[in-house]
Amino acid sequence: MDLMTAEFILGHLNYWLFIVLMMTGLYIVIAKGNLVKKIVGLNIFQASVFMLYISVGKISGGTAPIFPLDMKIDPEVVYSNPLPHVLILTAIVVGIATTSLGLALIVRIREEFDTIEEDQIEEIEQEMALAEIARHDAQSAGQA
Amino acid sequence: MAGDALNHASMTLTEQLPILQVLVPFVAAPLIVFIGSRALAWPIAFASSVASFVIASLLLGQVINGDVISYHIGGWAPPLGIEYRVDATNAFVLLLISGISSVVLPFARASLSVELPPRKHTLFYALFTLCLTGLLGVVITGDAFNVFVFLEISSLSTYVLIAQGASRDKRALSSAYNYLIMGTIGATFFVIGIGFLYMTTGTLNMADLAVRLEGQGNNRTVQAAFAFIVVGIGLKAAIYPLHFWLPNAYTFAPSVVTAFLAATATKMAIYVLLRFMFTVFQPAFVDGGITLEVIILPFAIMAMFAASLSAIFQRDLKRMLAYSSVAQIGYMLLGITFLSETGLMATIVHLFNHGITKAALFMGVGCYVMQAGGGFYSQLSGAGKTMPWTSAAVVVAALSLVGIPGTAGFISKWLLIEAALDRGWWFVALLVVASSLLAVIYVWRLIEALYLGQPAEGATTQEVPLGMLVPLWIMAGACVYFGFDTDITLSASRSAAQGLLSGSVAVH
Repeated sequence: MDLMTAEFILGHLNYWLFIVLMMTGLYIVIAKGNLVKKIVGLNIFQASVFMLYISVGKISGGTAPIFPLDMKIDPEVVYSNPLPHVLILTAIVVGIATTSLGLALIVRIREEFDTIEEDQIEEIEQEMALAEIARHDAQSAGQA
Repeated sequence: MAGDALNHASMTLTEQLPILQVLVPFVAAPLIVFIGSRALAWPIAFASSVASFVIASLLLGQVINGDVISYHIGGWAPPLGIEYRVDATNAFVLLLISGISSVVLPFARASLSVELPPRKHTLFYALFTLCLTGLLGVVITGDAFNVFVFLEISSLSTYVLIAQGASRDKRALSSAYNYLIMGTIGATFFVIGIGFLYMTTGTLNMADLAVRLEGQGNNRTVQAAFAFIVVGIGLKAAIYPLHFWLPNAYTFAPSVVTAFLAATATKMAIYVLLRFMFTVFQPAFVDGGITLEVIILPFAIMAMFAASLSAIFQRDLKRMLAYSSVAQIGYMLLGITFLSETGLMATIVHLFNHGITKAALFMGVGCYVMQAGGGFYSQLSGAGKTMPWTSAAVVVAALSLVGIPGTAGFISKWLLIEAALDRGWWFVALLVVASSLLAVIYVWRLIEALYLGQPAEGATTQEVPLGMLVPLWIMAGACVYFGFDTDITLSASRSAAQGLLSGSVAVH
């Protein structure tokens, strides 16, 4: 197996970068307790996918996929693939919508919980759940 | 001449049905926002939902015998253009989604009056319609990337709909946020999978993908794509270890939203899973791998038991039903793992039957929230006496959840056990029965609270308004109806299963 040659590593540079970015993003989403940081991580994670798509559209020696006005296309000219770019344009819009919705939710969470740290929110929720259980258990006992 | 013109117009309208299926709610949603009138919001939403239901019925009628409708958007032929492709499988799911929304919307009118401040109602209906658009779009499209776009349309509106529960309980916000994070990770995984498929094949059309993926079973990129897609959609479908967002989201969302989502959103995800496994990757690819028996089968069985056990120990009916949903998704996955016609029929029939059952049950919760202030068993105590009609409907639906003969749930469990025995997995058949016994326990806790508990002192009979009772009984009635008349469900699911197993979309 001569897979791990320098040529293999450099030749797949875009994929390595994709993996590094993707893992960085996922790690932040999972490991960070701050809700805004999670959104940042999510953005990095999504950006890695944008990069994956855009980089596979590149063809070595390819030029921008714009045909000449007279539509006389020289068969010698190689064009890059524009489709992945278009797909990612859609995905970027989706990403922006997700980010803004996430941030809007964080604003509302801050108003209601007075914190944007996950562990503190969980603590408050735990207390609410325990209080609820205690109240309903007392009610059930009263009825029995 | 006039007759000719009329005939021509009606013919083209029939041909345009696949796009109208998505377009009607898609136009209705911004219309509600632009008109901005609270009085008109509900009628527009309801009219668009009923229109999509009619369109879905017409489409199902055209494809139930195994035909396939291919609609080219903007006249661009696939594989370059986006194609909407209707066969028995997705027509059946379209019917379920639009049907549920048409029944849930009338219920929403009364239920929202107690669960949401009036100033938010207009936008609520706009989002509800948008969510419906996304769900229908995911199901009808034949283009892999288009699935992602519609998936995000439905998901983004779902997050907001769930967060609306905040006017009753602030935990709705954090559960909506968690769902947003999980859902986005899932959708992004799905896009990575699609990206790998595009890198391998250079196409996004599902039928074209199927042709080009043939014989690529050992290609690592294709295998990675399969893994990413299954995990990504698994997050959306709340497949057992990926279900953590579901119980909170379902518990704190407004009851109408829960009733709608529980009956449609996870079902849509299961449909996408089926579509990708069998139409895009083809049964041969799925059969050759170890995914089904080593990964999906154990998780399906764990879902059936672990989630059912969690359901037993809940004090809140809404949360109990949420855990039960996770367990029921286990049954649907189990049907897939048999990789047989009966198994897939069980999955598709259960998808439908569980959809109507859960819609009825969550609507029942909505009724209790209105009259008793919540769904905790202590609040439901004696509700069988104070709310006799609601409680009777809830019990009917709960029996269907268990799978008592004469209800819809029985039909799907029967098919599931039959498929297990066909495959020779008698042990799995026993597990299905055993987990149904767990369902008996959690349903019994509900019935105990409703009928054996004492109502609070001085409580009088307080039924919910007819606007809620009628939709509830329509769904409860459907649970019984589809337990006896299995003609529609079985024939639709049979042609769906045959289509999926033959990889029919590849045949042009």
